[in-house]
Amino acid sequence: MTEPHELTASEVARLIASGEATAEECVDSVIERIHAVERRVHAYITLDEEGARQKAKQIDQRIKERKPVGRLAGTVVAIKDNMCTQGTRTTCSSHMLESFIPPYDATAVERIKRADGVVIGKTNMDEFAMGTSTETSHFGPTYNPWDLTRVPGGSSGGSAAAVVCGETNLALGSDTGGSVRCPASFCSTVGLKPTYGLVSRYGLIAYANSLEQIGPLTKTVEDCATLLTVIAGHDERDCTTANLDVKDYTNHLKKPISKVRVGVVKELFGEGTHEGVAKTVMRGVDTLGELTSGYEEVSLPSLEYSLPAYYLIAMSEASSNLARYDGLRYGYRTPDESLEWGDTYSKTRMEGFGAEVRRRVILGSFALSAGYYDRYYLKALQVRTLVRRDFERAFSGFDVLVGPTMPLPPFKVGEKIKDPLELYMCDVDTVPVNLAGLPAISVPCGFFEGLPIGMQIIGRPFAEELILGVANAFEKSHRLEARSPPLR
Amino acid sequence: MAESHDKKTRRITIREVEHAAVLAKIGLAEDEKVQLTEQLDRILDYFHTIDQLNLNGVPPTHHVIELVNVLRDDSPQRTLPRKKALSNASKVEENFFKAPRIV
Repeated sequence: MTEPHELTASEVARLIASGEATAEECVDSVIERIHAVERRVHAYITLDEEGARQKAKQIDQRIKERKPVGRLAGTVVAIKDNMCTQGTRTTCSSHMLESFIPPYDATAVERIKRADGVVIGKTNMDEFAMGTSTETSHFGPTYNPWDLTRVPGGSSGGSAAAVVCGETNLALGSDTGGSVRCPASFCSTVGLKPTYGLVSRYGLIAYANSLEQIGPLTKTVEDCATLLTVIAGHDERDCTTANLDVKDYTNHLKKPISKVRVGVVKELFGEGTHEGVAKTVMRGVDTLGELTSGYEEVSLPSLEYSLPAYYLIAMSEASSNLARYDGLRYGYRTPDESLEWGDTYSKTRMEGFGAEVRRRVILGSFALSAGYYDRYYLKALQVRTLVRRDFERAFSGFDVLVGPTMPLPPFKVGEKIKDPLELYMCDVDTVPVNLAGLPAISVPCGFFEGLPIGMQIIGRPFAEELILGVANAFEKSHRLEARSPPLR
Repeated sequence: MAESHDKKTRRITIREVEHAAVLAKIGLAEDEKVQLTEQLDRILDYFHTIDQLNLNGVPPTHHVIELVNVLRDDSPQRTLPRKKALSNASKVEENFFKAPRIV
């Protein structure tokens, strides 16, 4: 018999709505699954089993009394640990915030709770979302459920791993330079980075705020559309959110896509792309071609320069954003009482931040410092303009752009972590989208020697309906060897 | 390796790393400085690939959405109660955050 933890969120919702199962039974099934696999996967930093059970009981009670329930009623949701959850510790996978308990909910979390989603816990990630493998976490790495010797991708690795092995029905991640799409690709889940400004960042602990968005990690495109519908929309507390009409992103999933023009981005198959990835993704592109009006290659030359531009901007913004960690109002503070102000601050940050965070903040400070601003930061912003223009040009001839999400299959834990630059290079296919503020989704596309490969579908600003529709048609037509890992 | 490294232009020196760390207010251990300088030098060297582009006259993009001052009505809102605001601080005295000594 299929257990509720194996189901998609929409299947769980149907079970509960039809009375075939209670919310409590569905939540218990997920909790049992967590007990069975979590020691090996390490997807979570903090779990709230009791809170989840209580919430499920309240939902069942309301159903029994025929009172209305929210759209996510009884489905389990995991939250990346860089989104504030009222009363539940939020660590950003950092020693700096190890005991931080937010006094409020992030807007996305608040909306999930309002829709009766059952928040089960906080997922592991790279420290302050700085990483591609979930190995920079202060609490140790998450392991890829398809091969426990490999990384799940990052930085939202815990969220993707939890989704694919049934430790939750749905999850939220955040994507600054690929942090939703990369783990989606490595773990064979669906992962969406929405258009900049579609989802409120209020309560998302900032890394590089001109680049990042919160996005869903789910088993199916339908679940992705449902979760996006819940979290999207204008928020007074984040003035960069767009003031658009509220949409139900599940309404247009089945819209015909036969006239959609697909561009295959040459640069996303550039030097360094693993042969297995290129072949697997091209098979996916063939499927897309059959579903649409065919595909053509398109070149966006500036994409080759987007990786250095991305890192310069992200590190510069990080150096400013992370200045708030002074050990005074919240967060870790060095116990050394003998030091004066400046030294307390420096020691607190030396001890509280991990190596990768220190590296990025120091390099960001350097890139913004007197004499270097024009040489690094300003140039990166100019490249950003070229990347935007290239996308605009490409979208005049195509409706969606596709390519691999990651240039390589999931690698071994420990394989790349010692060489920061080698790890940065893994983000080459995901960062252009963040520079241009576009929406992009990664969908499972196949396997290379048993390792998951994702395909990325990029759209125009606020074209989430279209890319979800294309992704949904693809998911329904493209044969996959497996949907979930053989983890007992 | 070290030899060939010396031949090319250094993108950053130990003194510049020390200065950036001061700006960033992050303490550095002595043994960490050499390794960090080498890492940052390699990373910056790679970043210089953007020098291949002609960026003359290209305006910078600071932000993908054009926004000018989003304002709300200046009406009183609820603020965080004092107890809650202090609850995450590592050192508190009476109703205050306790700062390190300044002089």
